[in-house]
Amino acid sequence: MSGHESTYIPKTGVEKWLDTRLPIVRFGADYLALPTPKNLNYWYTFGAILSICLVTQIATGIFLAMHYQPNTAMAFASVERIMRDVNGGWLIRYVHANGASMFFVAVYIHMLRGLYYGSYKAPREMIWILGCIIFFLMIATAFLGYVLPWGQMSYWGAEVITNLVGAIPMIGEPILIWLRGGPAIDNATLNRFFSLHYLLPFVIFGVVVLHLWALHTAGQNNPVGILIPKDREKKDMVPFHPYYTVKDGFALIVFLMMFAVFVFFMPNALGHADNYIPANPLVTPAHIVPEWYMLPFYAILRAVPDKFGGVVAMFGAIGILFVLPWLDTSKVRSMRYRPTMKVFFMIFVVNGLLLGWCGAQLPDAQVVPGMPSFFLVDGQLNSYLWLTRLATLYYFAFFAVILPLVGLRETPLKIPASISEPVLSGPDVMSGAVPAQAEKKG
Amino acid sequence: MAETVVNADQPQGGAPEGEATRRDFIHIAAGAAAAGAGVMVAWPLINSMNPAADTLALSTTEFDTSKVQEGMQVVITWQGKPVFLRNRSAAELQKVVADNTASDLKDPQTDAERTKPGHEAMLVVLASCTHLGCIPTFGSGDYGGWFCPCHGSHYDASGRIRKGPAPLNLVVPEYEFTAGSTIRIG
Repeated sequence: MSGHESTYIPKTGVEKWLDTRLPIVRFGADYLALPTPKNLNYWYTFGAILSICLVTQIATGIFLAMHYQPNTAMAFASVERIMRDVNGGWLIRYVHANGASMFFVAVYIHMLRGLYYGSYKAPREMIWILGCIIFFLMIATAFLGYVLPWGQMSYWGAEVITNLVGAIPMIGEPILIWLRGGPAIDNATLNRFFSLHYLLPFVIFGVVVLHLWALHTAGQNNPVGILIPKDREKKDMVPFHPYYTVKDGFALIVFLMMFAVFVFFMPNALGHADNYIPANPLVTPAHIVPEWYMLPFYAILRAVPDKFGGVVAMFGAIGILFVLPWLDTSKVRSMRYRPTMKVFFMIFVVNGLLLGWCGAQLPDAQVVPGMPSFFLVDGQLNSYLWLTRLATLYYFAFFAVILPLVGLRETPLKIPASISEPVLSGPDVMSGAVPAQAEKKG
Repeated sequence: MAETVVNADQPQGGAPEGEATRRDFIHIAAGAAAAGAGVMVAWPLINSMNPAADTLALSTTEFDTSKVQEGMQVVITWQGKPVFLRNRSAAELQKVVADNTASDLKDPQTDAERTKPGHEAMLVVLASCTHLGCIPTFGSGDYGGWFCPCHGSHYDASGRIRKGPAPLNLVVPEYEFTAGSTIRIG
């Protein structure tokens, strides 16, 4: 725990007895007493929100599974029975369905926070990589869960996404049949998706524990992005409790209010109406779209004219996140002191939203209606196809070109010697202040 | 909670040592709010495990008892549980009425309390031994009613426990004769 001394003193006999055998109370107490940088802003609150999201999804999911029937003949009706007959089932299902969306809202903000403040840089690469694993598992879990109600979007989503595996040269077809458990999406597929959808959240929970372990080993980053030297801990750190328990608690309540607006006032706003049509293997919906949080990746998939190439690009879009710590060449963590990079970052955020927008459109539709354009390779330039390709290009260029080059060529602003300096009026003179540098820990 | 004093010079509500402070009040209020929120979250989840509306809708069963021959029983299901409909013969009826005052009744009840007036021969009981819920065997045991092979409970033809570990008579469910010989259970 970032080399921080335990301050827990067992008071009662029971506590003493337990502490010498299983110091679990000590663990909790030290967690609460953990010195935390005192300049964390509200972007840092989403870690706590995400943990609540995960617990909420697992809790509601367990109760939904008590009523759900993972069988093609009964799945859709069992979901409707949850909505109509099970006590409070409508609430539990809407919390679960909208909770998935809230989970992704929070995780995207959490990831962009990490990107902006350089939370992936040494000594925190493991935190970031574990986070990428969690993100990947979240996508898999959300996809598997979306299939379970066995509506039209469930069925055809499963059809389209499993078909991606078929794009793998040579071995694609046998793997596809193995994955589906038959020649088509059917009962075997639904059963295994239910099994895995129940399993993966617990795997996520396990990786979250590792994520926090790595976090407490390396210590939190902060918006200034400098390491807090040992001799400034008293000045620049505050105990997690009560300072951040209260701050996170407040943010959580605000977040839950927004969550509640969706659950109680527009529970189906983020879903797709077609999923209230029972699955029909003979009729494809006019327009197959994934849930909103998958749209950017769906857009990248469609941007590539080759089937296998599209699959590679889509997985590459997630995979490139794993090597991010080694793509960024800058020694400066926080983009607060990297004005050039800050601009590229803002463009990256807008570009991500644009990719999501493109993912929901038909590729051949005109972006600007009526604007004349010319035919380029395989489609009109004025089409979502080409807009998607430009946005996809920027997405990959941001990681593979911009981050490495800007880090080498930019001139960062002067970095404060301590995290207190930017907010204090007078000079915060301290003995033996060392200028911050991205020192490598072993 | 481990109190780590980082800013020891900060007043903690300003009350003298040992007295309740504003901070104590905030702690209690926040704890109470958190506990209340926890209950409010847990309630709908736990309540969802109660019988659902469609389950409750299946709570009644109708059956025409004229199908039950004298001296025989028919087993039907009500709410997913088996129910004995027993049309007692004259001899059986005579015996259970005579046993109304028997000394070995663990759970004393007259046969009239267990049947409907005008339909004295028809006994309707849940087919579940009151000991641990096995289904007793028709027509066996020391009293010619039912015998539960699991732990040796003997019931008479009125379904009253006479011998063995079961504490109570076989349960007579809520039922009524709706038209002639047809009953509605539940």
